[in-house]
Amino acid sequence: MNKFVIAVYVENKFGVLTRVTSMFTRRGFNIDALTVGETEQPEYSRITISLSGDGYAREQLINQLRKLYNVKKVDVLEEDCIKRELMLIKVKYDSDTRADILGAADVYRGKVIDYTTNEMCIEVTGDPSKIDAFVKLMIPFGVIEMCRTGIVALERGNTTLFDN
Amino acid sequence: MKLTGAEILVRSLIDQGVTDVFGYPGGQIINVYDALYKYKDEINHILTAHEQGAAHAADGYSRATGKVGVCIATSGPGATNLVTGIATAMLDSIPMVAITGNVPCALIGKDSFQEIDITGITLPITKHNYFVNKIEDLADVIREAFAIAKSGRPGPVLVDIPKDVQMGTYEYEPKGEVSPKMPLPKGKNEDLLEAVRLVNEAKRPYIYIGGGAAGLGLGREIVNFADKIGAVIGCTFMGLSAIPDGCDRFLGMQGMHGHYASSMSQNEADLIIGVGVRFSDRATGNVGKFAKNTKIIQIDVDFAEINKNVSVDCGIVGDVEHAFRFIAKETEAKTNPEWFSRAMVLKADEIRFERKIEAASGNKFTPKKVIETINDNKPPKTVIVTDVGQHQMWTAQYAKFDTTRRFVSSGGLGTMGFGLGAAIGARVATGDATVLITGDGSFGMNLNELATAVSHNIPLVIVIMNNGVLGMVRQWQTLFFGRRYSNTVLTERKTDFVKLAEAFGADGYRVFTKAEFEDAFNAAIKSGRVAVIDTIIDKDEFVLPMLPPGGSIDDIITNIDTQGGADE
Repeated sequence: MNKFVIAVYVENKFGVLTRVTSMFTRRGFNIDALTVGETEQPEYSRITISLSGDGYAREQLINQLRKLYNVKKVDVLEEDCIKRELMLIKVKYDSDTRADILGAADVYRGKVIDYTTNEMCIEVTGDPSKIDAFVKLMIPFGVIEMCRTGIVALERGNTTLFDN
Repeated sequence: MKLTGAEILVRSLIDQGVTDVFGYPGGQIINVYDALYKYKDEINHILTAHEQGAAHAADGYSRATGKVGVCIATSGPGATNLVTGIATAMLDSIPMVAITGNVPCALIGKDSFQEIDITGITLPITKHNYFVNKIEDLADVIREAFAIAKSGRPGPVLVDIPKDVQMGTYEYEPKGEVSPKMPLPKGKNEDLLEAVRLVNEAKRPYIYIGGGAAGLGLGREIVNFADKIGAVIGCTFMGLSAIPDGCDRFLGMQGMHGHYASSMSQNEADLIIGVGVRFSDRATGNVGKFAKNTKIIQIDVDFAEINKNVSVDCGIVGDVEHAFRFIAKETEAKTNPEWFSRAMVLKADEIRFERKIEAASGNKFTPKKVIETINDNKPPKTVIVTDVGQHQMWTAQYAKFDTTRRFVSSGGLGTMGFGLGAAIGARVATGDATVLITGDGSFGMNLNELATAVSHNIPLVIVIMNNGVLGMVRQWQTLFFGRRYSNTVLTERKTDFVKLAEAFGADGYRVFTKAEFEDAFNAAIKSGRVAVIDTIIDKDEFVLPMLPPGGSIDDIITNIDTQGGADE
């Protein structure tokens, strides 16, 4: 089982995301995360899918994606591609823990974006493994709620999806 | 010229070359029906008894000709009634365009009367679908729908049109066919050369024809190729009618109920040359044990089929015809006489098994005799249509086809109730004699379409293999469920199919013997009317041979002792 990231250019049209996600369910693919958003070309959206599986699963997923009519381009990104994820996490604090939490946030280059008398909300951006590590660090303090975007990814250098 | 949305739709259909459509009117498609009335000299609409019948008719129309079949239904229940027919077309890669009406855009999402999200419902069972909420998109969507349905691996496309779009007006500019957005690629040269190398090395080649090749009219060339390389030929269920009869290298269908010699030689082959096959579970049995010591070439138009069900040694993606011809041309001629004689030994075994079963049945009027009588008496170019079950497998095993696209049957989805609608479509499309072979179970599902055939003067010969049971399920119950015949006995229904036929304005015959059947069949063909032949057969006839589900070639069943069968 490997983890890999697939980038998909789809037509920016009503219902396209449903076509993609319903295909995953129908064909029994289990995905870890999916993000979707605008691209440099307004007529296309870019979907980033992270997935664990073997070579067979990866091949099948790509083939089935390519068959969807609104899908214009599918590619597995190189392992060293740039991956980023954003997380908002609400953590309890008191006078004993406040400094530790702020210190950790600082080390992880997190930003405190909301602050009340007994909780704070921290924004952290980075590679998914960094986010995982930060969550782990916060658990003992008491995580009230958290929310992750799933990853967005681009290949390094000046290549684009359409060059491959 | 300015036209209403409904007129744009019908004109676009006409401009795509559509001459016949099947459908059923209703509140949210009434404007389209008004346009069909206006253009009735240019496009023929056949009113079915039920939307499911319309979908199967469009499908049968397509299977028999390769043209895109078209069906039309209203919103809500009209649309959902198409679903089984669309799914049937999807699983067998049949080009079809389904048109549905929907409530006006302003009422969408409000659970309005007869509103349903049909594009949502049909998402997994269409190649693509559209909800057209702007009249300016309508004509292009229809053109695109046809291009998608036909191109690459064909399939059904649904277009849902809300009523306000049908009612609006917009400028219409006639355009013919648009080129497919997904052009057919040619197989990669390195793959083609690798295939040639594998064929040159093979000593026991088995050419394996599927639905992706059946409609291409390559029959003669395939036989010539088999002669050239000393191969034998088998086919999948969907590949039937691709190979002209009378070729001794052709061993028939393989798989769960395939011919013994065909399945066995596929297993003993050192190379399978798959042409438009997808290695479905019914064809392979246990994939882990399928063709274990055999190299496989797979030629398919759909890249997603390569390595999906079995892993192959050489996958060629693209134009099947081109790839086949390339390989056939570039390979070296050889004879492999030992392989051919081995196949003939297997064939002799098969004939021995059949004789043994025949001897045990004595003078009984068996399903095999029904099919053979049809073979001997059918007019040239007859289209044979089936429903689903034992009768379908007997037809697949024994029916003879003189040309391609003469076998119309639901393979992938296995839709009981498919036959009558499909037969109507096939007859309308070809004008050739059409015989529906069905069972009392399947026929019971959509027999209302008799009304369609009668009202439109569509001559059909409907042979009901009536055994008073759901025979295929019963066969499994006999073999795997200790003869516990749960809900498979139909005799309590007391349906009189002769009177039923007469009630619909068709002719009815009931036959018990081969001679009676032959007379009725010929009379039915000659009459040019809709005729139902209630053909009484034994409830304990089995489809043999049989590879048990999930089994392998080692588990093949060639005979069943039916003595002492349980009484209901």
